[in-house]
Amino acid sequence: MIVEIGHYALVLTLATALIVSILPVIGARRRDMALMALAPTGSITIFALVAISFASLTWAYVVSDFSVANVWENSHSLMPLIYKYSGVWGNHEGSMMLWLLILTLFSALVAVFGRNLPDSLRANVLAVQAWITVAFLLFILFTSNPFLRLDPAPAEGQDLNPVLQDFGLAIHPPLLYLGYVGFSVCFSFAVAALMEGRIDAAWARWVRPWTLAAWTFLTAGIAMGSYWAYYELGWGGWWFWDPVENASFMPWLAGTALLHSALVMEKREALKIWTVLLAIMTFSLSLLGTFLVRSGVLTSVHSFATDPTRGIFILTILAIFIGGAFALFAWRAPMLKAGGIFAPISREGALVLNNLILTVATATVLTGTLYPLVLETLTGEKISVGAPFFNMTFGLLMLPLLIAVPFGPMLAWKRGDLLGAFQRLWVFAALALFAGLAFFYIQHGGPVMAIFGLILGFWGMIGAFADLWYRGNFAKVGFSVGLKRIAGLPRSVFGTAIAHFGLGVTVLGIFAATTFGTETVVEMKQGQTVNAGGYTLVYDGLRDAVGPNYTEQRGHFTARVGGVAVADVWSSKRLYTARRMPTTEAGILTFGLSQLYVSLGDAIEGQSGGMVVRIWWKPFILCIWGGCLVMMLGGFVSLSDRRLRVGAPSRKAKVVRPVLEAAE
Amino acid sequence: MTRKQKRLAVIAGGMSFILVAVLLVMFAFSQSVAYFFMPGDLAKADIKPGTRIRLGGLVAEGSVKRGQGSTVSFTVTDGKSTVPVSYTGILPDLFREGQGVVTEGAFDAGHSFVADSVLAKHDENYMPKEVADRLKKEGVWEDGKNNTGATK
Repeated sequence: MIVEIGHYALVLTLATALIVSILPVIGARRRDMALMALAPTGSITIFALVAISFASLTWAYVVSDFSVANVWENSHSLMPLIYKYSGVWGNHEGSMMLWLLILTLFSALVAVFGRNLPDSLRANVLAVQAWITVAFLLFILFTSNPFLRLDPAPAEGQDLNPVLQDFGLAIHPPLLYLGYVGFSVCFSFAVAALMEGRIDAAWARWVRPWTLAAWTFLTAGIAMGSYWAYYELGWGGWWFWDPVENASFMPWLAGTALLHSALVMEKREALKIWTVLLAIMTFSLSLLGTFLVRSGVLTSVHSFATDPTRGIFILTILAIFIGGAFALFAWRAPMLKAGGIFAPISREGALVLNNLILTVATATVLTGTLYPLVLETLTGEKISVGAPFFNMTFGLLMLPLLIAVPFGPMLAWKRGDLLGAFQRLWVFAALALFAGLAFFYIQHGGPVMAIFGLILGFWGMIGAFADLWYRGNFAKVGFSVGLKRIAGLPRSVFGTAIAHFGLGVTVLGIFAATTFGTETVVEMKQGQTVNAGGYTLVYDGLRDAVGPNYTEQRGHFTARVGGVAVADVWSSKRLYTARRMPTTEAGILTFGLSQLYVSLGDAIEGQSGGMVVRIWWKPFILCIWGGCLVMMLGGFVSLSDRRLRVGAPSRKAKVVRPVLEAAE
Repeated sequence: MTRKQKRLAVIAGGMSFILVAVLLVMFAFSQSVAYFFMPGDLAKADIKPGTRIRLGGLVAEGSVKRGQGSTVSFTVTDGKSTVPVSYTGILPDLFREGQGVVTEGAFDAGHSFVADSVLAKHDENYMPKEVADRLKKEGVWEDGKNNTGATK
């Protein structure tokens, strides 16, 4: 019964979403307040209905109702409760439900917090959101319905893919979708602005908090996914340039560019057309990512099942939305008036450089991701484009950006002084140089070229605070007065500094972990030792254990320093009984920011107790994800800025509003 | 410089960055892309020792042998031809005889394939997509027939 309610709610959502797709747009054209007012009410209703639907599916999982085909395929009565909750989106159908839930959540948030938007803009934005909702609802109802029943109902489910039976599944997809799908709001704002044929600084001020929120969640989602892959897959890698990873990374890169270009538009009314285009591109990349992941064109943990009709359906959605938005852009963009002018060396110029590099880097990732698919479709040849390609292209192209980051905030709007920025930054550069050299000397070993990477990381970290340092004038007025001075600065200044610092930390982590890390593959018998990263790892032996829905062989390892045991860890090979699927559970020991990663291989036949063991020393690896967390913190700090606070009636917006209405 | 010249300089700078990116992408494609082959393709293809390729197929039954330490040798087959492969490292959890596999590496001078990575799919079907497509075309394997796990 409850499952039927969920199914019914989904159909009702479709009807409501169709109304919100059409009537408010007509209302905005005719200046009919009643029709426009349908949009916010309708959007909140849509969210409530989808939430009911989602809750009923969750209920089916929690009570293990195997008469629902989706639950039977992806759940098991013995599965721990948390995986029953998170297992809802651990499969294709449920994952699309989560997509829809978050999309409608964002529409509802725009409806609630968008009270200070002009009525027609709000109506159009929510209508565009409803178009996307309709498209994905049709997709779910016709190709991926999670509410289909089985008759007769099986007694036991087939279990969730063991790789997904992890806490990571509970947080990675929701965070990722909050980011990915959050960019839909930017897209809707862009399309709505094009429909109205008018765009100004106020538009950028409304779009920026949504971009910032989506970007912050996407940063967290990608970092979480990377750490999950790192500890779960047992290969010790944290980024594989897998097409599915690229699918989430491309919207992040484009979103980062959007974040910076919207800043220019908000402050200086320049780059209007480019910002609108970027908003469309960012969500287009999100849609492309959904297509890549959900259509089954790729082999990965994320493509749960392959069904050609789904791929064609998503491709159609993709074509309609991306094609439609670009067509609208081509038609309407020339009507938008260009804004303020600026010298090449200026804050705007620096942000243009940021955008140039980020979009070109996105394009290379896109090329590397799609080229194998295109080549296979055209010629039938199968190739793989792996990490070496991306390191060579993306890695090299990002270098100038990483060098330039600390310069950006040091340049003035309109016309900047590059020489002045050099003069103020050289102390920070010298500090970074010293820190990089010292780091390399202390860690010793590794190619000399790596020093540049380390310096680059420190440069990002130290240089991030140059702006605050000079704004507080710490050198002249002393520490306490300086602190008082910067305390009055807008929070977004701190947000920028924190986020740029986080970027530096991640860069440092990447270079430190790849330069000084070691990998050892050995055959170990009980009592044997291996040295890694200054620790002596002792293999204490193997024993069998039984979990709720798996059996495992657990190897015990103790890390020693100078004969004294400092830490111990289990590393195991599991066999999930329902699917007869083996997995490797790596043993990870954390020492400060570094980790010792122990992965168990196969038993050596014909000998007693010998195991192949793979041991990695991963120095400063936690900096990689730690830096992302810091970036995320920067995003939140910036979001809490009064000028951007979602819903807070901003003084500037109020001033702008009558002007807008007069123009209408 | 006049404003026009400045603007030209900026556009030229942007264009040259894009040009560098395009050249870099083309160079990287020529250097680091691995083509996919099945054992039967190799006779026609004439691959020189040292060229990185991806070799896919089924792991032949009874061919997996453990050598010194963590070195493993096995044979990859497509039902007609076979290629011996050696690999040092830990095999993926889903690697097993009679199942699909994709290996990446290069031939040594003695026509033996030395793999530095071995992939098996994270799925109950144990069949990487590239391999499944080809085997289906050649009629060696069918959906649902050889599967050990449950499928839809």
